[in-house]
Amino acid sequence: MVTEAAVWDALAQIPDPEIPVISLVDLGVVKSVAVEAERVRIEFTPTFMGCPALDAMRSQMEAAVTALGGEPEVDVLLDDSWSTDRITPTGREKLREAGFAPPAPRAEGATTLLQLQKAVHRCPYCGSAETRLENIFGPTPCRSLRYCTSCKQPFEQFKTI
Amino acid sequence: MNAREQLLLELADDELILGWRNSEWTGIAPFLEEDVAFSSIAQNEIGHARALYDLVGAALGTDADALAFDRSPTEYRCAPLVQLRLVPDWARTIARHVLYETADAIRIERLKGHEDAELAGVAAKIEREELYHRLHAEMWLERLAGEERYAAAAEELWPFALGVLAPELRPVLAERVGRPEVEAVERSEPGEEFAALWEEMTMVRRSAPVGAQW
Repeated sequence: MVTEAAVWDALAQIPDPEIPVISLVDLGVVKSVAVEAERVRIEFTPTFMGCPALDAMRSQMEAAVTALGGEPEVDVLLDDSWSTDRITPTGREKLREAGFAPPAPRAEGATTLLQLQKAVHRCPYCGSAETRLENIFGPTPCRSLRYCTSCKQPFEQFKTI
Repeated sequence: MNAREQLLLELADDELILGWRNSEWTGIAPFLEEDVAFSSIAQNEIGHARALYDLVGAALGTDADALAFDRSPTEYRCAPLVQLRLVPDWARTIARHVLYETADAIRIERLKGHEDAELAGVAAKIEREELYHRLHAEMWLERLAGEERYAAAAEELWPFALGVLAPELRPVLAERVGRPEVEAVERSEPGEEFAALWEEMTMVRRSAPVGAQW
């Protein structure tokens, strides 16, 4: 008999395909799990729409449910229910430890260019607030590039979306 | 095809083809940061196209890949602005980027309030990502605004930019850009410049047997 708790535990073991230090549950992409006899329905709320890891996430969730003896049904939600605010505190700490600055919390109103350039973004290596924006875009759609003028270290900053 | 499907298909085709055109800078942009930026923007736009094609596909009993790759070149509905091949002209590329992102924001804002919850949801998600495209465009506009080549490019592409939007939204664009409304270059059957893009874009799909699994 598959339980919801067992499904959540199994999903928490799946690493993000691109940033394996964080699990899919810590990333916040699992919106809900519902179990009805063998059928396990997962609401999957994707991060960036063009992220090539989405298909991998989906098939790994299906495999995890199958391994528990359930019949997976993954519903992909095409709305704005995912935001970087869904990343758990544990997930944020794991990102920081791995050298990715976690996203700033979402604010009221749209981010401006000035905010992106001037707001305090701490270096994940030395903690200094003396950092500057190098590029709005980075190695994947979810990241920007910043540079720490204190420890002279470039680093990746999660975009707030 | 009803009005909703038509609207979604125009939007999806715009995003797919602009994504393709932006990706033409991958590896050859003026400097590395722009190589990364245009590649990332391209990836986002193609992601948006996929989500929109999924919605249309569900209504028409087909799927995103079939809509993106299996239509004949004359069936695409993308605006003439996104069809233009602009490499290696950086001034025109940035002018299109600024104009397209400004126009796109107007229609996405409108769609966010659509009575169809599914459509409104996709628009809200697209909007979160598009914000960063606009900030990038804004940064370039600040840099190039006083340059003669940029001014000429923006002037040339302005009638094309108007053609991205439905007529009722054009006054909003004219106000945001600060230009008078002129006769728009309207959507029509795509021409030779698009046909060449289509040849390249659909090459893999056409060369693989139907139903191939990757």
